[in-house]
Amino acid sequence: MPVEIPKDKWSGQVRAITIGATAAEGGTRSRTVTVGGEKTLPFLHFEGETPHRPVIALEIRDRKPDDWSALLLDAWGEAVNDPGAWAKAAEATGVDLIQLSLSATLADGSPNTPAAAVAATKAVLGATGLPLIVFGPGQAELDNELLVAVAEATKGERLLLGICEDKNYRTIVATALANGHLVNARTPMDVNLAKQLNILITDMGLPLERVIMDPTTGALGYGIEYGYSVMERLRLAALQGDSMTQLPMLVTPGFEAWKTKEAKVGEGVPPDWGDWLRRSINWETLTAITLIESGANIVVLRHPESVRRVRTAIDELMLVPA
Amino acid sequence: MALSGIQIYKLLPQTNCKDCGFPTCLAFAMKLAAKQAELSACPHVSEASKAQLAESAAPPIRLVSLKSNGFEVKAGNEVVLFRHEKTFYHRPGLFVKISDDQPVETIRQLAAAVEAYSTNYVGIDLNLDGFVLLSVSGDADCFAGSLAAVRSVSHKPVILSAASPAVLEAGLKALDGERALIHAANAENWEVLASLAKDYSAALAVQGSSLDELADLTEKIKGKGVEDLVLDPVADSMADWLALSTQIRRLALKKNFRALGYPLISFADNAEEAVQGITKYAGFIVLPEFAPETAYPLLVLRENIYTDPQKPIQVQPGLYEINNPTAESPVLVTTNFSITYFSVANEVEGSGLPAWLLVTDAEGMSVLTAWAAGKFDAERIAKAVKAFNVGDKVNQKRLVLPGHVAVLSGELEGELPDWEIRVGPREAVDLPKFLKII
Repeated sequence: MPVEIPKDKWSGQVRAITIGATAAEGGTRSRTVTVGGEKTLPFLHFEGETPHRPVIALEIRDRKPDDWSALLLDAWGEAVNDPGAWAKAAEATGVDLIQLSLSATLADGSPNTPAAAVAATKAVLGATGLPLIVFGPGQAELDNELLVAVAEATKGERLLLGICEDKNYRTIVATALANGHLVNARTPMDVNLAKQLNILITDMGLPLERVIMDPTTGALGYGIEYGYSVMERLRLAALQGDSMTQLPMLVTPGFEAWKTKEAKVGEGVPPDWGDWLRRSINWETLTAITLIESGANIVVLRHPESVRRVRTAIDELMLVPA
Repeated sequence: MALSGIQIYKLLPQTNCKDCGFPTCLAFAMKLAAKQAELSACPHVSEASKAQLAESAAPPIRLVSLKSNGFEVKAGNEVVLFRHEKTFYHRPGLFVKISDDQPVETIRQLAAAVEAYSTNYVGIDLNLDGFVLLSVSGDADCFAGSLAAVRSVSHKPVILSAASPAVLEAGLKALDGERALIHAANAENWEVLASLAKDYSAALAVQGSSLDELADLTEKIKGKGVEDLVLDPVADSMADWLALSTQIRRLALKKNFRALGYPLISFADNAEEAVQGITKYAGFIVLPEFAPETAYPLLVLRENIYTDPQKPIQVQPGLYEINNPTAESPVLVTTNFSITYFSVANEVEGSGLPAWLLVTDAEGMSVLTAWAAGKFDAERIAKAVKAFNVGDKVNQKRLVLPGHVAVLSGELEGELPDWEIRVGPREAVDLPKFLKII
């Protein structure tokens, strides 16, 4: 029985956005990464083109993290003491991007400084040719102080700067504009708030080609269904032609999954949770896969085994059926 | 697809005899369209019209249920492509694959582990749903023996998968009074399997790698009188499975295409493929093996995706212990919206500092929403303090309010005169710092 394949017609398309700049483009990266551009819902190759595959960023820190799971510290070993070495080790896992997360404090407990943030960023840029995402500690004032210094010291690199949210977008957007970077526009799991922040950012003169949207997510078991549906709705809106939602999406399943008790705690948990290491990696990997199925273009991960598994899944999802 | 009142009217006798209790046939038709009346109220409607109306009232994706002694797993009857449009209804059953070429004792132990597996998520007990017994041996006695080993420890529903109809029949014979699923009918064997399904009132999985092939088979099998069908789209990649499952769901829901209006079964090779089955339309998911550390996240994800978006997951109100609190530890108050609870519980847990967490019944709303809606006020908090005998647990009676509802502290002091009311941070992320200094 010949069955007609049901295809939806979409008028809109997600913008293709490039992170990083090579020497010819005014930066120092050995290659750039382009995300977005799709003309259909995730991986529906029979319906429309998905020119750029979702990419994986690996999160490293400017110093050994105080609050990371022992499993992660084991996985990276000595590299966690040196952002340059960590970036190299991350690149060796085959990720597409590095995310450098700046800590709120220095190793001695004093507040992080612009000079230290710039030094860490430069160390990472020197150690790897991959494009770079730089996230502040997530406290609006400190973020501004550190990220502005980093942006100025890396002019022309097309870094992706975050977190750019309603509290601090003016400062982050201004420095991105002045120094040729991109911003990661984060809003708390809400379609309208995401659109609104994108409007505010473009009102300041930063073109949409330099905005990635971060709709925020929860880990599996911790609100992932909200993030999942917001992302599906944002992607549907983009395909239906709403220009303020036509941006690639970044989410941080690594951060979300590794702060759950399931990933963090190995002892005194119910036996039905199973093996700690495999459970933790499952938590991160399956959170990431769920979000990729709902439209994520960049997933930021922490464990090398999750990177391997997510990449294998992306390979399969990008196979165009014969 | 549902018919309109006018379309239904055309199928009625149009005599306005009032025997149905309505003044006119049109009025009756309108009530039928609104599902406020039953067609059986009309004694005069023709058999042909009855059939047509019944057909139009059938759900676009047939509900198929597997039953065994005390268990039932349902799939189908879904109405949307995206959960935010309404909700997904029937959580896909998670079935663990067992090959029959293993020692009976190994099979028994595996089945016992699956049977015993239970985990708790926000107060909900989650379990695996059953087994797929796979004939690798090709031998009917071996298959039946393996099935007996499973049944010696578990009564959860089974899916029987074999290339040979004789092997399948040996399995079906052993499952007296159950409704199993047999797997799988294809272009060569469909007639034999259809009659097996009929004889043993089993559901039948239909296998094909294209929509044409699947639709062709379901129509033929339906012609033999077997209607409880499950589709097994054979895919060679995750992209391929996603394409087939999406096309089938779209055809069923948007085109009311009956030949593909059945639930799907997905044979996952790993947890990643099981995730795709959960998010993208599988009704039954076969797991390649049993491991608690994989079963747990998949069961939780299934719970999350199949949560009604209009009704957020709620946590059981009560007094929760975090980091072994003592009589000197503070009592933190929050609402029973699961995300709120998790944010707070996670931060406190991460701080390593002991605390009591009093979860009040705020009808599943977050702190600010519940406060605005009058579901999280001094009276309700005081009621929870009394209902859960919080006063008996602590010597130092310190109650910490979320910073967002600092405004409640005066009133709460009135309600709970022997308690010291403290105002905590607005955001959960600041709790560790707060707990250090309280």
